Amino acid sequence: MNKKILVVLPHPDDESFGLSGTLAKHVQDGDRITYACLTLGEMGRNMGNPPFASRVTLPAVRKLELEESCRAIGIQDLRLLGFRDKTIEFEEEELLDGRIGELLEELRPSVVYTFYPGYAVHPDHDACGEAVVRTVGRLPRESRPPVRCMAFARDHEDAIGKPDVVHDVREFLKPKLASIRAHRSQFNVPGIDSDKAYKSRELQERFGTERFWTYRFDR
Amino acid sequence: MQLIDTADVQRRIDALRDRDLYVHLEMTSGAYTAYYDSTKHPAANFITNAVVRFSHGGISGSGPYRVGLKMENGWIYTEGLTHYEGTETDRLIMAGHDTQGKLIVSLQLSPEPF
Ligand SMILES: [Zn+2]
Repeated sequence: MNKKILVVLPHPDDESFGLSGTLAKHVQDGDRITYACLTLGEMGRNMGNPPFASRVTLPAVRKLELEESCRAIGIQDLRLLGFRDKTIEFEEEELLDGRIGELLEELRPSVVYTFYPGYAVHPDHDACGEAVVRTVGRLPRESRPPVRCMAFARDHEDAIGKPDVVHDVREFLKPKLASIRAHRSQFNVPGIDSDKAYKSRELQERFGTERFWTYRFDR
Repeated sequence: MQLIDTADVQRRIDALRDRDLYVHLEMTSGAYTAYYDSTKHPAANFITNAVVRFSHGGISGSGPYRVGLKMENGWIYTEGLTHYEGTETDRLIMAGHDTQGKLIVSLQLSPEPF
């Protein structure tokens, strides 16, 4: 296998719920993952409860959490692109697309993962997905990697149909739960702290499936 | 104040690029919020007549709207804008009002102090 996988997401923790099981499977298959995280989520409101971070320390805290999450999943190459949380939709397109274009050029990935533009709820998610499909869309048709998108906006299936790629990741629940746990300033999911949590039926049910829509450039 | 016309606001943002401006940025949850509902946390802030300069900016969303302005070393960001003053010539006056008409947020830019 040894494929190259590129993940482009705007916030630390965006990988955890929708993608970490799939990425852990890629790692097991011998693939090499580059995760380009656009921001440090420095404008997040969650800082632990009781708060153990401040507006000033949050970026450093979240960077450590992200690194821990990447270790849990097995992601080999984390790139922090240094954009600012909440500003992706306002960022200069040439700058944003340029950074993504450099990664595509350097890595020539077999698959790219991001958010589905317009169906990913947070403006940064939508703008990130838009930048990725815009940049991939500029490549000649035959050299475009498939772009697998996560969508979770309300009623998204009415607009974009059913996901065409559905992964059963129950086998990878251990790294997935470790990824969720790593982002302790952001998430507090009851019942995932125990070593045996990955065996729980309920958690397998809740976190065992990951769904992707392959972006269609022709529509 | 009138409902935001995004094309007009974008034009006004572009016209204010690359020059020193006075900013008024404000957000408030309302002084009586916690009095009426003790689960609500009262909070407010404003900054008036700080001097800023941005090189790039935009308005987005489908209403209420968001505005982001990129400065040399940082950003100005506002979410929840609904209204603007269309009769202004040099200034950009924007605000977000809730369903009862109360001001929640405002972002104002002017070449002269407010
Ligand atoms: Zn996010």
